[in-house]
Amino acid sequence: MLSKRIIACLDVREGQVVKGVNFEGLRTAGDPAELARRYNAEGVDELVILDITATLERRRALADTIRAVARELFIPLAVGGGIRTEADAAAAVDAGADKVSLNTAALSNPSLITTLAERYGSQAVLVAIDAKWEGDRAAVYVRSGSTAANRDAVDWAKEAEDRGAGEILLTSIDRDGTKIGFDCRLTAAVSAAVSIPVIASGGAGTLDHFVDVFTGGRADAALAASIFHYAETSVKNLKMHLRDAGIPVRL
Amino acid sequence: VIALIDYKAGNLTSVRKAFAALGAELYTPERPEDLAAADAIVVPGVGHFGATRALGPDWIEAILARVGELRPLLGICLGMQWLFEGSEEAPDLPGLGLLSGQCYKLTSVPGEGPQGVNQAVKIPHVGWNSLDLQRENTIVDQVENHTQVYFTHSFVAPVTGDTVAVTSHGRPFASIVQRGHVAGVQFHPEKSGEAGLQVLRNFLGMVG
Repeated sequence: MLSKRIIACLDVREGQVVKGVNFEGLRTAGDPAELARRYNAEGVDELVILDITATLERRRALADTIRAVARELFIPLAVGGGIRTEADAAAAVDAGADKVSLNTAALSNPSLITTLAERYGSQAVLVAIDAKWEGDRAAVYVRSGSTAANRDAVDWAKEAEDRGAGEILLTSIDRDGTKIGFDCRLTAAVSAAVSIPVIASGGAGTLDHFVDVFTGGRADAALAASIFHYAETSVKNLKMHLRDAGIPVRL
Repeated sequence: VIALIDYKAGNLTSVRKAFAALGAELYTPERPEDLAAADAIVVPGVGHFGATRALGPDWIEAILARVGELRPLLGICLGMQWLFEGSEEAPDLPGLGLLSGQCYKLTSVPGEGPQGVNQAVKIPHVGWNSLDLQRENTIVDQVENHTQVYFTHSFVAPVTGDTVAVTSHGRPFASIVQRGHVAGVQFHPEKSGEAGLQVLRNFLGMVG
């Protein structure tokens, strides 16, 4: 049976892992390669490196960080943040990324999804959607959550799938960094609308939050950062908890 | 020396890196003639079966010639499907035909498992799933039964007498095959942690 995946996210700025609350107020959490090594030893299923400032500030070369993380890691590695062109994606892939995550660029230039899917395969193309509720509508935001894209998250996820995306990385802006739980309503709405896997992100604070997102939230994978960085829980602990709750995981 | 066939179906960095971690440097032949020196051949690949069209009759002839000389061959993901007679993904395009059977597409199934866990079978099949070993063979030496490995694909090879491991996603399919010195894995050994490296180590053992 296919396991539900636990993905650790490394939000990287200037070569260091950082983490904020509601996309702001960053604090440092350590060296990316060192964290990657620890998560791998604990049995994490996948890693995501997000260059979180790349779309706001001048893009910095992420290649060294990717290379350092990929060197000794033999699990899937996704890279996102500031990937705007085919050349940006190629640089990440050449450095060792298995998947690239498109966010702002996918909305402003949707054909990039198709271009990259044709070049590397759909499995290599994640479309990241940052959304927050506006009444009954999940609205898409870009530029690190600062600008409304005037798109509905469910519609955009469907379009991204049609254009060749292999997975959706769905982040709740309302929940990001809050530790009050994933936005299961948002995740379930998107997951039901597409046939590609949906990775839930934003809000993990307890082990049961992961149980919730794999049941009511209908997520295929869950991504978290700070809950792992500050050793509040280990990936292994989390997976044992999920297994005890009847959720298939890799242990 | 081991040849890594590059037919532009996906990124080979990870495969190369995993073999390098095991001490094996792979070379990429530019022409079919470059295969003459190969002690073994790895055919990787992700994506559409149609991508194998880039491996024309001269490539097929060169690869089959090496296989005829009992040089080990490993197909990974799409490369494994190519070992079969063909795939419904590109019906007009024959595979290598080293193994019998046609590859076909997995089908999605909506559904909910026990305790409300969403177990709808989504296509593509992406993530970690378990290997149910059917028999012992060199390619699975020291790989434990029910070990989980990383998959990402929509098409699969049928379960036949050459199947070494079966994995289920809606229905069972061949996740590892071996017939003599020809082996194939549907998952990505370069992305499957220690278990994946062990499979690659076993292949290197076949090269001797």
